Amino acid sequence: MKEIINNIQEKFKISEVTEQRENQYFISVEKKDTIQLVTYLKDIEKFTNFILLTAVDWIEKGQFQLTYMLNHPSKKLDIGVRTFIERENATMDSAHHLWEHVATFQRELKEMFGIDFPGSPRVDEPFLLEGWDNIPPMRRDFDTKKYSEETYFPRPGRSTNDPAEHMKKKLYPNE
Amino acid sequence: MFHWTPDRSAFPTAGPDGKFDFDSHKLVKIWHGPNHPGVTGNMSLELTISGDEVLESKTHVGYLHRGFEKLYERRTWIQCFPTVVRMCVPESDSNEYNLSAGIEELAGIEIPEMAKWLRTLVLEMSRLQALLRIVPAQGGTVGLGLGVQWGVYLRDLILDRFEELTGGRIYHMYMIPGGVRGLLPDGFKERLEENLILVDEFVLSIKRLMLDNAVFKKRTVGIAHIPVEWIDKYGIVGFVARGAGVKKDVRLDYPYLAYDQLDFDPAISTDSDIYARTWIRWNDIITTVDLLRQIMAKMPKKGEFKAPTPNVLHWQVPKGEVYVRSESSRGEYGFYIVSDGSKYPRRINLRGPSYTHAVSLLEKMLVNSNISDIAATMVSLQTCPPEIER
Repeated sequence: MKEIINNIQEKFKISEVTEQRENQYFISVEKKDTIQLVTYLKDIEKFTNFILLTAVDWIEKGQFQLTYMLNHPSKKLDIGVRTFIERENATMDSAHHLWEHVATFQRELKEMFGIDFPGSPRVDEPFLLEGWDNIPPMRRDFDTKKYSEETYFPRPGRSTNDPAEHMKKKLYPNE
Repeated sequence: MFHWTPDRSAFPTAGPDGKFDFDSHKLVKIWHGPNHPGVTGNMSLELTISGDEVLESKTHVGYLHRGFEKLYERRTWIQCFPTVVRMCVPESDSNEYNLSAGIEELAGIEIPEMAKWLRTLVLEMSRLQALLRIVPAQGGTVGLGLGVQWGVYLRDLILDRFEELTGGRIYHMYMIPGGVRGLLPDGFKERLEENLILVDEFVLSIKRLMLDNAVFKKRTVGIAHIPVEWIDKYGIVGFVARGAGVKKDVRLDYPYLAYDQLDFDPAISTDSDIYARTWIRWNDIITTVDLLRQIMAKMPKKGEFKAPTPNVLHWQVPKGEVYVRSESSRGEYGFYIVSDGSKYPRRINLRGPSYTHAVSLLEKMLVNSNISDIAATMVSLQTCPPEIER
């Protein structure tokens, strides 16, 4: 694995390398080099199995972290490629041409985090949500409690009763 | 037998923009699910059909979206466990194992030997109950409902064992960071062995009923073929990859817990059709029963079952990120966990096998298939929508 990391460092500007375990590394790379590095890992280093693409919201830094998790099936190695993109108007180059299932991950990220991947197939189609008109729900500034209070309770036509009072009225209406 | 090959030149095709002309009156749009006996859970397929051939399929999920990954932003690490098991209803233990293993790896905790064996036992019991439900269900998709009733009865017996070990039948929350919640009750092994003897009989019966059945073979052999080139292209894992001739099994490739001390060899086939995938899972039942017997014979009689951990109510898991995986009955089941060093997880992301099997792969496989094969194709991939929408 160290040899592969050295190869990558010779060709790309890697800002951080984290060894999680002997066969699992995470590396950080600039946004503009990310898709090139992922393509290099797939075609040259043979990390042919794409596991996942997900985002982490670092709201305090104003950044999204995107993690591309790749796997080398025969050498049994994992590498996570991290890149940080601006939170405002978040856009990232699409990787749907490398693996067929990447488009699904990108479609979910567009809906849940609001990260756009121009050119990715069906990226604007809703994945889980229908008729969603709020900010993307997986962003950390989306307040689930406030949303549910506004949407579900209290709303017109809904009332609550004190159980003791309710039963008293029902059983002893004349008292 | 009646053979008919459709004249595809008369079929409508998509226009240059990739869309179909519904004004041609040669096309119908139908929804397969979410309420349909042939659908594995709460998902639906939006199908464009011509005659009884599928021209386009789109997977729709979101009927069971509970926002678990969002909820974890406000939950302490230990508070995640009651909901993390619900990410996949048919097989909950892979979730609790992955989250426990991820926290332990980030915090540098080594679990005791006894806990490793108990976790291995529970994971295999979980695999067995999942297979007992899904293998006969493959017969159900082509009208053979009897096996399902046998399977559900036996699964209930395994759930009884879960109940006496953990207190819960479906969701167990037995594995916690540092180990497990308790040791085996007295007489547990004997009672489990009694159940396994019944499963041995079931394995033979279901072979005679389903795998040797001429109608079942007619409906499944050569149907829903997956070429071996698709394995990496679509991220295919588990028994679906093994059906196409690629031996993928996390228990062998990345041994965890006590699997390196067990002797097993998962079945493999190159036919890559519905029958091959059913045959492989039928073999997986035999392998799992054998593994359970090996585990019960080899596991220590007593010992510590939990390593000391900080107070879980105030536990600040060290900063870091990790990808942990285990083998579920459907294939590689992974968690990507990020900690920022606080009491709450920064991100827990599940990558289940159905994320690709039920979306990109199924959409591709169903094109040009017959609508009567859709349910069998879907069950042959053992898709589980809750792990897509989390």
